[in-house]
Amino acid sequence: MTLTLERPVEAPPVEAPAPQPAPAHEAEPALHDILIIDYSGDLERTWATMILASTAGAMGAKCRVFVTFWGLQVFVKDERRITGQNWMQKLLAFMQRPGISHRKLSKMNFLGMGPWMMGKLARQYKVSSPKELLEVAQALGVEFMPCQMTMDMYGLTRDDLVEGMAEPVGAATVIGLMQEGSSPLFI
Amino acid sequence: MPATLTENELENITAAKVIDARGAACPGPLLEAKKGMGTVPVGSIIEVWSSDPVTKSDIGAWATKVGHEFLGHIAATGYDRVFVKRAK
Repeated sequence: MTLTLERPVEAPPVEAPAPQPAPAHEAEPALHDILIIDYSGDLERTWATMILASTAGAMGAKCRVFVTFWGLQVFVKDERRITGQNWMQKLLAFMQRPGISHRKLSKMNFLGMGPWMMGKLARQYKVSSPKELLEVAQALGVEFMPCQMTMDMYGLTRDDLVEGMAEPVGAATVIGLMQEGSSPLFI
Repeated sequence: MPATLTENELENITAAKVIDARGAACPGPLLEAKKGMGTVPVGSIIEVWSSDPVTKSDIGAWATKVGHEFLGHIAATGYDRVFVKRAK
């Protein structure tokens, strides 16, 4: 690969810089880690998260997904119906069914008709479901890190969450990763 | 990701593995390619069939980043044949 940098030069430099010895091999551009903050539990956003996470994994990027607030609902095992320790947590789980296969659209949900049509179209056009993409992403080494604070707030235990999740972390870990140069993506 | 071979050269390639990902939508074919690449030895070539028109550029981008050699693609009827050589 040849890289040519063109800069407008008004006046030639008084002192020409000494010619640099050609590097033995071209330096590989540093690849950033990818950090997705999965905040929303909506079907459409969950889908985007899973597509990008699995693709990042396939491209050999180190990809981490911080799962927080409504996003954490996605990572509760599909078969869990009521989660939580107290009545309010249980009622919330009842009102909003957790699990990756039970996501709703944020708009045009129409009592489940929207997601049903989306699912039907996706199967017709052979688009992988969020659940399938999650499995692929995990197999490709994408790390899903649950937010400890959200787990506490919903009363979720590690056992409520799908297999293969990373250790729960906090916001400081996320900010730390950004400071270290991870490319952040808030979905 | 410039193709390194001409269409004629690509026509003469016998791939170590042909992955038929026709019908699958983004990112399916890329994920299939990634999976298939792990099953062939270094130096061999895989051929991915995809009816998704973005697969050729996606696989090119992937190969460049991961360090495989993107050889190019040939248009077939209703799908693309994309060739990548496993480089590591």
